[in-house]
Amino acid sequence: MINVIFMGLLVIGVVVAGFNCIGLEMTDAGMIMNPSFEPLNQLTTGIFSSAKVAVELAMGLIGIMALWLGLMRIAEDSGLIQLLAKAMRPLMVRLFPDVPPDHPAMGAMIMNIAANILGLGNAATPLGLKAMTELQKLNKVKDTATNAMVTFMAINTSSVTLIPATVIGIRAAAGATNPADIIGPVILATGVSTTVAIIATKLMQKLPRYQITEEGSN
Amino acid sequence: MFQNVVNGISSIAIPLIIFSIVLYGYVKKVKVYESFTTGAKEGFEVAIRIIPYLVAILVAIGAFRASGALDLLTSLLSPVTSFIGMPAEVLPMAMMRPLSGSGALGIVSELINNFGVESLIGRMAAVMEGSTETTFYVLAVYFGSISITKSRHAVPAALLADLAGILSAVIITRVVFG
Repeated sequence: MINVIFMGLLVIGVVVAGFNCIGLEMTDAGMIMNPSFEPLNQLTTGIFSSAKVAVELAMGLIGIMALWLGLMRIAEDSGLIQLLAKAMRPLMVRLFPDVPPDHPAMGAMIMNIAANILGLGNAATPLGLKAMTELQKLNKVKDTATNAMVTFMAINTSSVTLIPATVIGIRAAAGATNPADIIGPVILATGVSTTVAIIATKLMQKLPRYQITEEGSN
Repeated sequence: MFQNVVNGISSIAIPLIIFSIVLYGYVKKVKVYESFTTGAKEGFEVAIRIIPYLVAILVAIGAFRASGALDLLTSLLSPVTSFIGMPAEVLPMAMMRPLSGSGALGIVSELINNFGVESLIGRMAAVMEGSTETTFYVLAVYFGSISITKSRHAVPAALLADLAGILSAVIITRVVFG
């Protein structure tokens, strides 16, 4: 799947940019051609700047990753995470039946979801990556995602925020009389997408085409 | 009032979390400094490990955007979106949101500036921004960090959830502010 997406985005990008170089335009006088290499140049610039942004993003993550995983370790060693995991246990064992209730993965996933709910985006990613590392320890086929990983991922990509801090900030800057009045709709919409995410992963994981195969095969 | 509470929660959350974790650890006789640095080392390694995956996915998305393919897809889809009551102006936002966080943020700001922060379009884009995530970034980083290449049903399930989020953003915004 990842291979198809990677190839598809790049190939479509090059083809569309190439086609745009012909510069077809509809005018009153009919179709005219206005050839130029500009679209291909823009494509190249876009590709190079994306590669640079990717590394900048990762570099920007280093400090914040170190901070949150450092705090996470203290919370683990002191038993705070385990306490939290115990409180959330009834919900978590239903969402992730394949993960042992006392496994560190549970604690990391709870922390990640809590950070998302509070709108702490820069804490959520490090904690989410920590959860993936823990889930990988339970994985028998190391190059293939487990059911728990996919469910956790889908919850994350569907966004579980209660406080959309960024967008409230933008609206405040634009002079909204009540920048936070979108919170209700946001919580509703996010609730719908998270519910769909959980149901979809639970149903799809049973489909024959998504069964886990041995390492090396496709 | 409500907004003050929300802002308050945002301001207090992180300092309070740090305070509680460090103090609780110290009280429980954890060597907090050593624990912190052990964990931090792991964080450093993860951040470096995700770079190749991040480059791959962001370059692919960047090519798709810069070539004009995203605009093309948007114009192809516009009959469908007008049918479900999504203003044509919001469609680029819906298309961009799963692909690029900064791109989507740019579109929201632009829509808010052009149509007004209290307009239906401005609000719909804001709700979309708040209620969805940059799916492909999360997929690439999360799976990349542990070298998973077979994602099974992750992509279709995540995209289905995005679709549900975007549709509900359209409908709910219309009902509440329309």
